[in-house]
Amino acid sequence: MFDLIVIGGGPAGLAAACSAWDKGLRKILIVERDQELGGILNQCIHSGFGLQYFKEELSGPEYAARFVELVSHTGVEVRLDTMVLDITPEREVHMVGKTTGYRVEQARAIVLAMGCRERTRGAIAIPGTRPAGVFTAGATQRYVNVEGYLPGKRVVILGSGDIGLIMARRMTLEGAKVLACVEVMPYSSGLNRNIVQCLQDFDIPLYLSHTVTDIRGKDRVEQVVVSQVGPDRQPIPGTEMVFDCDTLLLSVGLLPENELTQQAGIAIDPRTRGAIVYENMETSMPGVFACGNVCHVHDLVDYVTAESQRAGAAAAEYVLSGEETPGRVIEVKNGPGVTYTVPQHIRPQRLDKGCGIFFRVNRICGDSEIVVTSGETQIAKFKREHLAPGEMEQIHLPRVLLDKAGDALTVSIREV
Amino acid sequence: MQDVIIIGCGIVGAAAAFELAKYQVRVTVLEKENDVANGTTKANSAILHAGYDPLPGSLMARLNVRGVALAKKLCQKLDVPYRACGSLVLAFSPEECATLETLKARGEANGVPGLEILSGEEVRRREPNLSEKVLAALYAPTAAICSPWEYCLALAETAVRNGAELHLETEVTGIEKAGGLWLVHTNRGDFSARYLINAAGVCADAVHDMAAPHEFSIRPSRGEYYLLDKAEGRRVGCTVFQCPNQDGKGVLVSPTVHGNLIVGPNACPVVGEDTSTTAEGLAFVREKALKSVPSVAFGQSIRNFAGVRAHAAETSDFILQEKDGFVDAAGICSPGLSAAPAIAEYLVELLKNAGLTLEEKPDFFCQRRRVRFKELSPAQRAELVQENPAYGRVICRCETVTEGEILDALHGPIPPRSVDAVKRRVNAGMGRCQGGFCGPRVVEILARELGLWPEQIQQDKNGTWLLCGETKGGSAYV
Repeated sequence: MFDLIVIGGGPAGLAAACSAWDKGLRKILIVERDQELGGILNQCIHSGFGLQYFKEELSGPEYAARFVELVSHTGVEVRLDTMVLDITPEREVHMVGKTTGYRVEQARAIVLAMGCRERTRGAIAIPGTRPAGVFTAGATQRYVNVEGYLPGKRVVILGSGDIGLIMARRMTLEGAKVLACVEVMPYSSGLNRNIVQCLQDFDIPLYLSHTVTDIRGKDRVEQVVVSQVGPDRQPIPGTEMVFDCDTLLLSVGLLPENELTQQAGIAIDPRTRGAIVYENMETSMPGVFACGNVCHVHDLVDYVTAESQRAGAAAAEYVLSGEETPGRVIEVKNGPGVTYTVPQHIRPQRLDKGCGIFFRVNRICGDSEIVVTSGETQIAKFKREHLAPGEMEQIHLPRVLLDKAGDALTVSIREV
Repeated sequence: MQDVIIIGCGIVGAAAAFELAKYQVRVTVLEKENDVANGTTKANSAILHAGYDPLPGSLMARLNVRGVALAKKLCQKLDVPYRACGSLVLAFSPEECATLETLKARGEANGVPGLEILSGEEVRRREPNLSEKVLAALYAPTAAICSPWEYCLALAETAVRNGAELHLETEVTGIEKAGGLWLVHTNRGDFSARYLINAAGVCADAVHDMAAPHEFSIRPSRGEYYLLDKAEGRRVGCTVFQCPNQDGKGVLVSPTVHGNLIVGPNACPVVGEDTSTTAEGLAFVREKALKSVPSVAFGQSIRNFAGVRAHAAETSDFILQEKDGFVDAAGICSPGLSAAPAIAEYLVELLKNAGLTLEEKPDFFCQRRRVRFKELSPAQRAELVQENPAYGRVICRCETVTEGEILDALHGPIPPRSVDAVKRRVNAGMGRCQGGFCGPRVVEILARELGLWPEQIQQDKNGTWLLCGETKGGSAYV
């Protein structure tokens, strides 16, 4: 019997396990499907990690190494090369590994930290032939940074998410020619610093409001056709540009990896595609917590760490103090301008000082107010000079406000 | 010298090889691609049709009905995913209701059992997601779904186990008759045999013309599809057709044996093996499918693909004929997959009539089993991993495919040579992430097991290279 089983040994799982250990849990297991801890950070060899959390600029593997080091000084058990196949409502975790065999372990609490996966060509239905040479940006990153192979020499990138931008620079440094980065929206979904450092510094053109409308090539990609799109995101005939290339990289979004969560019967939020969570990252199944990109896709690993520490601490509290009797639950809803919020549910009686709410906006906004209402009453207002869908926003609601609020809060954006 | 050479190893070539392997006959199969099932067989609706569509008295009608009956037993013996899900043809107008009557009568004339016309209400009770506008439907309980590429692979593997020779990457370039034998020229040398079977699919007219005067032309017709995530796999329980029209059986919505939802196809004439998809074609398919099942969530799409039907220009029936020991199996469009084992029986009958002696092999081995880790109970999994730890390493997380299963395929009778060949054997890369996660790992296993460098591993057919060389830092495998 474990006090806590953490599924996934990436940044979320590592932070959650450390935090649960610090809070006093002693029988903790991390299950990681790869051959080492660190998750996707291991293939992110660029810098820019840790500015918020460590106040210094680290590479992905360096950031991961700090937490791997912390874990190594605890008694947390780690099973590598082991995949979790099933979680039951009784909190039995089925797992299988080459050296660890097939095992069923019982846990008092579970932290889900499985991360996310990339959207593929099929999800966005790009027409054309189906040659080799269409890769997701993350798979390419693995080939280049981990396996040491280059998947192509003339590259077009669809989507301006951060991994796509990072790979534009990486492929260029490896001697490939990156011809264009194409984004269907009128703005990039990546961080501004990545647009500057990965595209502009290398003279790679960014085509906003454009998309790939045809892939050509029998065996390997030979050309892609890029068209401008109108406000309805439909291609405008006559705007086609043809790029001779051998590779198309896709950076068209990330999806939380929640198959285990769904199988277990945990409620999923269709907006985040992650579990619906309370203020302490607990899911609809008592004693099961979710954090990091499996819960909602983050921009910065630093935020993943902070969220996962809260989840780990809450899991420890659950094990040490037992389940609390249910009290009042406030539902958090998204109003105009907001695409989702995390958490979706708040139990104000469980808060000390207050509760952070994370959310994304659905368009670029200039001077704006983030407005929180309860029924018809506005209970809080926050000013921002700039809001963008690519940047996760955060507000903090003090407990006194929540105590006064009704059973539902709405977060919305008002441009001023 | 062989008794019989089969040109093409799609479902028809494989079924013919399987059928002939039952006898003491030397059989060689020549396939131009680097894997079996690499043409029309891998890209179609994966439906075993009940048999009410073909006109009574046609070869299609006879062989379809017999073929699906044979398929049921074959799939069981050869461990091919198969599910008798039944099918529905929907009628949206009084005219289409009349079409259902015609189809039912046709089916009964063809010997299709259990056909039944259901009212709109009855059919919605069985399939609650069907459109409110459905007035009636023809239900056919004997329609089924299968894994077409595994079906083909299983037949070909069984033929190989029983002594048939399979030559991949062997393209026929010329055929001549010399000294009473057929001499087949290929890119890998010459082969000779007393009999030839032309099962070359979309290329069947070209192969025929190498050996005999021109007689028929194949007019390829492309069909485009959506494959949806397993989250949509239960949108319908049976295969849902619309009334057939001049373009074929129309757009269907169907579960697959792998648990996904398949939607398609349209019909568009193309030149050669053009399997590209188009924005218009996909939009058409979407629109038609939503007419039958308005709630299909296309946001759950995981892949689009297209396949090419090998229609003959001169006839709507199959072309199954023999002359001078040269046998055509051409124009095998739908219901070719359904009819395949019956087509094979028919071809062997043609060979027998042409003088081929058929003596049964006493030791014909007709069995095939493979490990499907995902389908095992926890106890079975535990035992398996203890016996062989390779089954404990999950390579494809979406479909829960283990390294052990991939190694089994690599040691099977027809080992995979490409990433997609692995996919067709064990389902790795078939799931929602479409190989984004397991792709690099499959490349690594293939390179290791085949003794190749990763940059030599192909995605699918030859020429579909994945990696162009090492990075400046060099390979991690040195």
